[in-house]
Amino acid sequence: MTIDIFLQQLVNGLTLGAFYGLIALGYTMVYGIIGMINFAHGDIYMVGAFISLIGFLLFSALGVASVPVAILLVLVVAMVFTAVYGWAVERIAYRPLRGSQRLAPLISAIGMSIVLQNFVQLTQGARVKPLPPMVQGGYRFTLGTDAHLNVSLLQALIVFLTVALMAGFTYIIRRTPLGRAQRATEQDATMAALLGVNVNRTISITFIIGASLAAVAGLMATLYYGVIDFFIGFVAGIKAFTAAVLGGIGSLPGAMLGGLVIGMIESFWPVYFDLAYRDVAVFGVLVLVLIFRPSGLLGRPEIEKV
Amino acid sequence: MTRVADRQAPPAASLAHLVRDAGLAALVAALLAVPLLGFRLNVSAQGLSLEYRLPWILYAAAAVFAGRLLLSLAARSLWPQVRQRSRGFGARFPSNTNVIVGWVLIGGALVLPWLPFADPRFLSVATLVLIYVMLGWGLNIVVGLAGLLDLGYVAFYAIGAYSFALLSMNFGLSFWICLPLAGILGAFFGILLGFPVLRLRGDYLAIVTLGFGEIIRVILLNWQAVTNGPDGITDIPRPTLFGLSFESPFRGPLHGTGFADFLGVPYSPMQWMFFIYYLILLLALGTTLFAQRMRRLPTGRAWEALREDEIACKSLGMNPVTVKLSAFAIGASFAGLAGCFFAARQGFISPESFTFIESATILAIVVLGGMGSQIGIVLAAMLLVGLPEWFRNLAEYRMIAFGGAMVLIMIWRPGGLLSRRDPTVTLGEGPAESMRPAPAAESPR
Repeated sequence: MTIDIFLQQLVNGLTLGAFYGLIALGYTMVYGIIGMINFAHGDIYMVGAFISLIGFLLFSALGVASVPVAILLVLVVAMVFTAVYGWAVERIAYRPLRGSQRLAPLISAIGMSIVLQNFVQLTQGARVKPLPPMVQGGYRFTLGTDAHLNVSLLQALIVFLTVALMAGFTYIIRRTPLGRAQRATEQDATMAALLGVNVNRTISITFIIGASLAAVAGLMATLYYGVIDFFIGFVAGIKAFTAAVLGGIGSLPGAMLGGLVIGMIESFWPVYFDLAYRDVAVFGVLVLVLIFRPSGLLGRPEIEKV
Repeated sequence: MTRVADRQAPPAASLAHLVRDAGLAALVAALLAVPLLGFRLNVSAQGLSLEYRLPWILYAAAAVFAGRLLLSLAARSLWPQVRQRSRGFGARFPSNTNVIVGWVLIGGALVLPWLPFADPRFLSVATLVLIYVMLGWGLNIVVGLAGLLDLGYVAFYAIGAYSFALLSMNFGLSFWICLPLAGILGAFFGILLGFPVLRLRGDYLAIVTLGFGEIIRVILLNWQAVTNGPDGITDIPRPTLFGLSFESPFRGPLHGTGFADFLGVPYSPMQWMFFIYYLILLLALGTTLFAQRMRRLPTGRAWEALREDEIACKSLGMNPVTVKLSAFAIGASFAGLAGCFFAARQGFISPESFTFIESATILAIVVLGGMGSQIGIVLAAMLLVGLPEWFRNLAEYRMIAFGGAMVLIMIWRPGGLLSRRDPTVTLGEGPAESMRPAPAAESPR
């Protein structure tokens, strides 16, 4: 492989990784705070993608001509409405089950995922929805004779947006009272409640943040791939969840790292091997990592006390 | 914890409070409805267009307002009685109720095909329900008894189905030889997957098994030379009964003697339906009998002990990996058997039959049934597989109702329809009672 293909796949992998990392954050936060696999998160991302697409059409009908303004408006609208979905899913399907047996919320989450998928299929139709490319152009770097590196404007935007969101998000978790409440609830919900943390509200906010990050990923997918359907949440969801586990579930930097690793595997695998078996490679790497580092790349090993 | 108190507190709310509550619910419903109900994306030759359906937002909000208000009014007047009743639900029955209900169900299943309303459609739904009952009982060994979360159970089902299809098409092996082979292959793959990953903690196991299920499906889809890819395998031969064939004589010459000829009765497709119904009944009953016997053997007790407290088991010298591996392999082998039967019954298999939704359905059957309860699994299978299959013509709303039912049943009975998760063996009453951990951490029921 020549250097230009290598760099090109690196850029593509980075884009994909940013995208998986954003969804993985939602999984890892929810797992950290209430210890459940939020199976419906992939479908929240799918809802986010649909809301973005509807938003684009609506704003263009309302006469917003400038593309950057439209993207900014859609970003806000998609984050807000998807957050409502995230909040409602938690309120309806998970909160009544807090404190019951471990598998109850999981089944409820799978049920919610089925409901969301079929709700969107019913209301928006089963056909694939195409969006003509909105952001065009990019940068072309010359690496030598006949060797070029193309970075599209959209890729730059995705990576930039992800880094900005990650920075803001890390600030919230590390420095604000909300982040403190979140970390306290994560460590010991009962103790946090006794010390005056509103546990229910903190968990709700976790879901809201996770859903709005997923909405950003949904917007990116709409722009980047240009086609969406009601089933995209499943595959993206299990890949992002794999990323969260790979990085060490419960660890926020781990989710981003896991997303990057998955993105790189996905972009480099087809260069060498059969594209059809790409997903096999993703899960294969997951198994390998877990055998040698059972708590993921950045996860802390669990110490059990008797 | 506070939530326990919340659930038990009598809902003594005033009417104004209820209306405000319903209003908030309606507001949320309207917000949810704005993007996805209020607008519809239409795809046409000209591209994408937006259809405005804004009144739908109002309908949704009004429906949720009315529903929420009625529900909370009903709850306010009825809740205390319902609580009282459902609390005593399990305790009112004598202890051998399970055994009696079990025998009644088995008797009912035996005479079912002879009942007047048992037309072909009914029998085929009943057969399908029994396949899921068997899968549920098999997965219950892994999830209910050993406490391992397996989200890729359908992979072993697929392995059983494809092993029968491939062995019979390529090597001409009969169903009765392939059936044990499918079980063995299922167990083999169970060990292959389980060995590296069973030392992982519960939820890590879940994602790895989910990944395994996807890997198997991707391989079945893409390994064209062997599995024929997405087109699947057709014309899988039907099993015979001691050499008696159930093929239709009108389709061509029979291989060997026909069942109808042997008995001297006219051929009817119902004979085949009866045969496969009783076959799956036998297989399913074999599964539950096996599981019930295992619970009384040291291995089965080790599963339950490990589920309850892994550290205690380790300190008593048990090897958790081998114990878990045995549960995983046995559960997988039953899925293999069920898969073999599935391929024989359908005569056609493709990777489409083995998607994640199948794994989720089987797991939901086990959990909704109340983990460890054999009868609960039968009930849940009827509810989750029988009803949707019966109402197949409502295709569009069927899956939404299916997912919604999963959520609602879980909220209504978080422990499952018939919850029984006590270990098979316990110490006697008295000291053992006081040694148990405080019940507050458990489900409030």
